[in-house]
Amino acid sequence: MSDYTQMWSDLGLDLKGHDALLSVLGGAYQDIFLSQKNRPEGMKYFDFVMSEVHGLRIKELMDAKAQGRIVVGSYCVFVPEELILAVDGVSVGLCAGAEFNFEGAEEVVPRNLCPLIKSAFGFKRGLVCPYLEASDIVVGENTCDGKKKSYEVLGPMVKDLYIMDLPQMKSGPGRALLKEEYAKFLTRLEEKSGRKVTAESLKKGIATVNAKRQAVKRLAELRKADPAPISGLDALLVNQVFFYDDPVRFTASVNTLCDELEERVKKGEGVLPKGTPRLVISGCPMAVPNWKVPFIIETSGAVIVGEESCVGERGTRWLTEAQGATLPEMLDAVTERYFNIDCAVFTPNPSRIDHVRDMFGRYGARGVIHYSLQFCQPYLVESGPVETALEGSGIPVLRLETDYSQEDMGQLKTRIEAFVERIHQG
Amino acid sequence: MRTAGLDIGSRTVKLVVIEQGETVLTRKGLTSHDPLEAARALMEGVNYDTIVATGYGRHLLKEHLDCPVISEIKAFALGAKAIYPTCRVILDIGGQDTKAISLNEAGEMSKFEMNDKCAAGTGRFLEIMAAALGYTLEEFPKAALSAGRFEKINSMCTVFAESEVISLTAKGAARPEVALGIHRAIVSRSTTLLKRIAPSGEVFFAGGVALNGCVETLIAEDLGRPVFVPPDPQMVGALGAALHALKSGGREDATP
Repeated sequence: MSDYTQMWSDLGLDLKGHDALLSVLGGAYQDIFLSQKNRPEGMKYFDFVMSEVHGLRIKELMDAKAQGRIVVGSYCVFVPEELILAVDGVSVGLCAGAEFNFEGAEEVVPRNLCPLIKSAFGFKRGLVCPYLEASDIVVGENTCDGKKKSYEVLGPMVKDLYIMDLPQMKSGPGRALLKEEYAKFLTRLEEKSGRKVTAESLKKGIATVNAKRQAVKRLAELRKADPAPISGLDALLVNQVFFYDDPVRFTASVNTLCDELEERVKKGEGVLPKGTPRLVISGCPMAVPNWKVPFIIETSGAVIVGEESCVGERGTRWLTEAQGATLPEMLDAVTERYFNIDCAVFTPNPSRIDHVRDMFGRYGARGVIHYSLQFCQPYLVESGPVETALEGSGIPVLRLETDYSQEDMGQLKTRIEAFVERIHQG
Repeated sequence: MRTAGLDIGSRTVKLVVIEQGETVLTRKGLTSHDPLEAARALMEGVNYDTIVATGYGRHLLKEHLDCPVISEIKAFALGAKAIYPTCRVILDIGGQDTKAISLNEAGEMSKFEMNDKCAAGTGRFLEIMAAALGYTLEEFPKAALSAGRFEKINSMCTVFAESEVISLTAKGAARPEVALGIHRAIVSRSTTLLKRIAPSGEVFFAGGVALNGCVETLIAEDLGRPVFVPPDPQMVGALGAALHALKSGGREDATP
């Protein structure tokens, strides 16, 4: 690994805290990912990406900036990457997946706040997220109340915070709002980058992001096989890297991985024996390095075959379709695409339940684990109706609520093991 | 075949040995700071063909004895079904966990709920509150049952509840009334879990807290449903593990 100290220092990172973070991350990665058996060769690329996640990738961002390209950081799948690519910008997901510097976060936001939001503040105030420090614009989207109000606190801490409003209902006015917000965002991107979006550049942006989604959809499709050709942890990692990596290189790497998995499926090879209980995870997003629950699941005798999550199918299952030839037509197509997303901030949100039910059948799952982050009102409240609806269709559900700490590992393990015993007895 | 079940809980370790469907030995000890040693002490001189571990310390035993493990939820389901074949609803309140389990017609686990990661409303909570009021564990439920009214305890966090108890007694509240308030707080938390997974039916109540007569009485009152406490409620999990050992012949884990 090259020495990136100068680059980190130039970005204003706190080198001591950053070293501590990287060393914890490296250790966790070793224990959770590299210790898995029968991993596909194609995961080596993703191991490399993770080993360079604060190194080479940041160097690439700095090089892009030096060429006059902008870096746009965000925390949500409602921020349309197509538009960012249309101004030749770089879209990155920002750090919010670890319990780092929560003391620092709690100086500015309440203690009883969702860990994802707290984490974003922990990283910012600890000066350890190079993606955040490299971002020319940070997009704050009005999804849940926690994020919406927290962006008011984050605003003065970052160079340029852009607030994007979002609808809460799948209604005509809701659609109109989203469309207007995306048009405004496009204008802001043009101003910031000094580049004009053309039909040609947006078309190219759409094609690039669609190809990336196609690749992870192909990966999802391969997980239908029993035995599962890839662990849920590795598939989650691919979905996490989706937010950081160069989109074209990512797409090619996922497709190479899928070629290998296709061979595995043909030969009937898998990461765990055929008949291993298969589970779908549904709920809150799992940002890097939030691997706690998948790790417990896959060391408790089950395999995860799908994620109904923003870091998973909720974020990737729709392509931008019916594009048309003109810029307004394409912008409409982008709006339509994102308006489908069934995030729990929407009310009502029936398509999410339908989707979980569909995934359960499609991937031959035996149960669903509903994952909520503590203090995440939208998903916690929705977990009740989701459970009732799914159990009503004969689908076993285990509801979990947890944060980023490690102290509930034992209790989570007891629940998850008991759930695996429950679905395995029948 | 002679099979053993070992339940390593947060406060106590329990051992049950069964032969020809009969319990031939039960032993109990404190978990202490060294659960493995506590388990070894309990197993000293005990003969069995195969053993299965359960309880929060099960994986520790798996590492050291290379024995199969099952979750305590499954263990309680198996044990309760053996003791009371028609039971469909189980409540287990142990040292640091509260679990509500419902069984289907075939007596298999169908749903379960557990308390959150903190030990609020569990056996440890009761122990600390009894100490705060200067009662032994035997006196505590009796005192509570003797009260005609109760002081409401609002906090379920052990630390906050303890300071609430201290401020109530400082204000001159009657000890038995505070004791009853504490019992009611535990009970309402447990019955919420129960109602969520099983809206009706008799409750099989096990775990160390089932030895507390006041909790038993209040659960029955609160739910308006009969509550059955087995003769040795702390042994249900270990019995379930021993029964699982018999069924699987100790060959494999329940969790594949």
